[in-house]
Amino acid sequence: MTFALTPERESHLAEILSRYPNRMAATIPVLHLCQEQNGWVSEEIMEWVAHRLGISAAHVKGVATFYTLFNKEPVGRHQVWVCRTLSCALNGADALLHHCEKRLGVHVGGTTKDGSVTLRTAECLAACGQAPMMQVDRDYHENLTLADVDTILDRLTRS
Amino acid sequence: MITLTIDDRPITVAEGTTIWEAARTLAIEIPVLCHDPRLRPVGVCRMCVVDIGARTLVASCVRPCESGMKVVTGSEKVERQRRTLTELLMSDQPEVCPKESTTGDSVLHALARRYEATGASLPRGAGRPRDLSSKVIAVDHQACILCDRCVRGCDEIQGNDVISRSGKGYGTKIAFDLDAPMGASTCVSCGECMAVCPTGALVNKPVSGPIVPRRHLKQVDSVCPYCGVGCGLTYNVDVEQNKIAYVDGRESPVNHERLCVKGRYGFDYAQHPQRLTKPLIRRAEFYPKAALSPEVMGNQERGKGRRKTALVSYDDVMPAFREASWDEALELVASRLLAVKKEHGPGALAGFGSAKCSIEEAYLFQKLVRAAFGTNNVDHCTRLCHASSVAALLETIGSGAVTNTFAGIAESDVALFAGTNISANHPVAASFFKNAAARGTKLIFVDPRRPDIARHAWRYAQIRHGSDVAFYNAMMHVILREGLIDEAYVRDHTTGIEELRALVDRYPPALAAEICGVTAEMIVDIARAYGGAKAAITFWGMGISQHTHGTNNARCLISLCLLTGNSGRPGTGLHPLRGQNNVQGASDAGLIPMMYPDYQRVGDPAIREKFEKAWGLPLDPTPGLTVTEITTGALEGRIKGMYCLGENPFLSDPNVNKVRKALTRLDFLAVQDIFLTETAEFADVILPATSYLEKTGTYTNTDRRVQIGRPALAPPGDARLDWQIVAEIATRMGYPMLYEKVEDIFDEFTATTHEYQGLDYPILGATGRLWPAFDREAKDGEQILFGDAYPTADGRAKLVPCDFEAEKEPTSAEYPFVLNTGRLLEHWHTGTMTRRSYALDAISPGPFVEVHPDDLARLGITAGDLVSVSSRRGRIELPARRSTSVARGSVFIAFHFREAAANVLTLDAIDPIGKIPTFKLCAVNVEKAQA
Ligand code: SF4
Ligand code: SF4
Ligand code: FES
Ligand code: FES
Repeated sequence: MTFALTPERESHLAEILSRYPNRMAATIPVLHLCQEQNGWVSEEIMEWVAHRLGISAAHVKGVATFYTLFNKEPVGRHQVWVCRTLSCALNGADALLHHCEKRLGVHVGGTTKDGSVTLRTAECLAACGQAPMMQVDRDYHENLTLADVDTILDRLTRS
Repeated sequence: MITLTIDDRPITVAEGTTIWEAARTLAIEIPVLCHDPRLRPVGVCRMCVVDIGARTLVASCVRPCESGMKVVTGSEKVERQRRTLTELLMSDQPEVCPKESTTGDSVLHALARRYEATGASLPRGAGRPRDLSSKVIAVDHQACILCDRCVRGCDEIQGNDVISRSGKGYGTKIAFDLDAPMGASTCVSCGECMAVCPTGALVNKPVSGPIVPRRHLKQVDSVCPYCGVGCGLTYNVDVEQNKIAYVDGRESPVNHERLCVKGRYGFDYAQHPQRLTKPLIRRAEFYPKAALSPEVMGNQERGKGRRKTALVSYDDVMPAFREASWDEALELVASRLLAVKKEHGPGALAGFGSAKCSIEEAYLFQKLVRAAFGTNNVDHCTRLCHASSVAALLETIGSGAVTNTFAGIAESDVALFAGTNISANHPVAASFFKNAAARGTKLIFVDPRRPDIARHAWRYAQIRHGSDVAFYNAMMHVILREGLIDEAYVRDHTTGIEELRALVDRYPPALAAEICGVTAEMIVDIARAYGGAKAAITFWGMGISQHTHGTNNARCLISLCLLTGNSGRPGTGLHPLRGQNNVQGASDAGLIPMMYPDYQRVGDPAIREKFEKAWGLPLDPTPGLTVTEITTGALEGRIKGMYCLGENPFLSDPNVNKVRKALTRLDFLAVQDIFLTETAEFADVILPATSYLEKTGTYTNTDRRVQIGRPALAPPGDARLDWQIVAEIATRMGYPMLYEKVEDIFDEFTATTHEYQGLDYPILGATGRLWPAFDREAKDGEQILFGDAYPTADGRAKLVPCDFEAEKEPTSAEYPFVLNTGRLLEHWHTGTMTRRSYALDAISPGPFVEVHPDDLARLGITAGDLVSVSSRRGRIELPARRSTSVARGSVFIAFHFREAAANVLTLDAIDPIGKIPTFKLCAVNVEKAQA
């Protein structure tokens, strides 16, 4: 296997393991750690995680495929999730999403040609009071207008 | 204790008991889908709901009983919920349920019938795929209800961890490894998932013919014919077709319904078209005798360049034989053997029995050789298996059998596994070991080739081939140095501690580390764990016994166990895992040259006299020759006539080229078998025998459990019961053997023994008994032996110090690799049965040599390339397989495959005491084969 964590992440891994009563319990944080480094969770990574945790590859696959936040395919440098649940939908999430699709030239689930952004939808992200909203990487952007979206996407595609 | 009422019936149960369990003790059956009493309850299906007067119904399979609870298991409300659930589940079922159309026991469809639920009123989903890639199990994801039973069956019961769920929502399905096709995954085809699946999602594929519901078949409770674990199973037999349709694991103290791929799917060999059905006599034109098929001719002779096949080609060999009547064949065997006896004396005769024989067959066969032949030259494959272990055990503790059952591990905190690839060779026992590891028992493996189960290990020490003595001496060194010895036990129960101490003093871990190629810390760690254990159990296999110092290896393990007082108590013991289904029983029955039944020495005048009286004639006072000595004897012209029952020495014995010469030199060879084996090519007469599946007999497993194997099939053609053939030959040789039924032989045998006293067919019943079982009132025989004293003259065990010895055939520039041989999960010995079993052959079709990736790279060989492996004795060609289980500089070849017989290469040097050959170690060269 050729996948390996960077030395800093290796020490982070040790710290994660020390927090859990058994190794299986660490599956999710360890998958996150790997995804943080690699951008997505490949089958090679699933095997690597299984090996490191001494659990079955099937179990790691089960966890990775259950949670949508684990990318099972290569993704862009930035992730955009547009919320489409009730409050956001009533406040124009649909238009917002279409706008994103047009601006980025991709359909939901796609990644821009330059590899900068992957566009996705999300179910309620619990910011209904500030609908419509979207999550960009780890940040929430709320009370969005189409102009706000343009500014945000501009920044993403440039960086 | 907790008291509650279920359907108005009061019951008191232990804390933690679930409602479902409590109801079951009242014979109230609550339907389940995701639950199986052998599995951890997860409560995901809600079929088992009951009303406890709470806001919602609760799942009885997970809900613990509470004091004062009033449980209603079948109210209208409860039934309505179950009906709706069934309706929902049925809405997505395939048109034809694969289980209903085969074994006919879908739990879901039974519920659907009960609730008249078809699911027709609900919309159907988009459909899910099927996966037919496994050779033995068909997967239909459409029928799957995601109950998780297979996942838990695979993880919790078998410890294989192959299955999980993948995906989310409607797309969720069970997945093998990283969602590979089942047939391409790490699945070992034990069938546990199929057995626990309540729907048609996992079903048996046909092995020998169509699969029909159990009610159309006859159920025969028997025991698996393959390994020493001795799993209880039920054959579902189509009587009209004389075929076994499929096999179920049976509840037994041995396997608790578990099976491995051989027991579950390797049952069709008896129907193979190559079965022998008529006695055969060699035609006059085929003398002088020579090999008949290219594989048996070998590389040097006429066999060169001809295509080699997995099975003997009857076109090659049958022309050399003609069919004969039983009368002619038996008469010929008896008269030729008598002629040899007359001309050269009884010592020129020999018999090879087999550990596949029943106790009765083994007993009768050794009686034939001893009484009718007049010699003790009778042996069997135990010589190739645990002869050295037994020699060491008899010498040290006075008994060759295990001192505790393998299930005893449940009470151990440490278990040492020395030289045993258990998941391949004792798969069901291995599953219990994995269960123990999951509960916290520390498993320690010491083996030059990494066993698959090492994944569950606390420590795995990859020692150099043949360095075992140094390793265990160093462990004892640490144990003595650190005061981990059980002083009181050693004082009260052993002799020889001072000699042992003096010897192991010379084996500090640093020295052993040099010899063994592991770190000194590893040795110290393992010694501390073993020495510090409350209860440690010791298992070993062929990696210990099959060496020129096999007896020494075993002595060291025994000393280690005695030194720490790990014997005679729960969770402790010595357990050399027996290979063959009846190697224990055949040895108990006296199928060994130096002992009568029950290990009574032929050299002891008092004992001999006892047998002379019982058998009514004077017996030979000298111990006979062993398997390897008989072969040498034949080669040197001292052995002239031989009778081989179910043994195939051509492939099973070391140095095939030597065996070939020996077999050609015999004046007369009779072979009794179910197929025409490689050995039978040299026979004068071949007698068609019955297979295990066609006869009644007793078999003793690795635990000392004596169990009855029962006939599932009718024998083909003129094939006869083995014991009847043996008795006929004896009678025709002037020693009448008259028995009515097989039980009579068992009773005669037990009467000659001490250990089998108290056993007979009625008491063995369905699940057998451990010997000794003197108390007929007890539930079972003794599990743990020698709590008080050992069966030695002074009641004490002997500590026998052993020095490390260098190998007989070290690697050299010309032969730089160490060859290790052994078995594969799917195959049995010389493949006579398993290669004729459709499923086993399909899963594991041919030979290969395992080579470390670094060595492959160095030699410029790609995995899959044909390579030539040669030793000082011969050469074979077979594909290379990349494997990190073998160490650099060592290779592994399984010995099942005639087209590339590992034993062409092996060395016939033997252990001086156990007389066992060194199958585990010889020097070879590996190179790319010439195109
Ligand atoms: S395959 Fe069978 S046992 Fe496994 S989850 Fe599906 S229904 Fe349950
Ligand atoms: S473990 Fe042994 S006895 Fe049990 S099913 Fe497998 S081969 Fe047969
Ligand atoms: S609906 Fe969008 S954040 Fe809740
Ligand atoms: S059987 Fe109890 S929840 Fe499935």
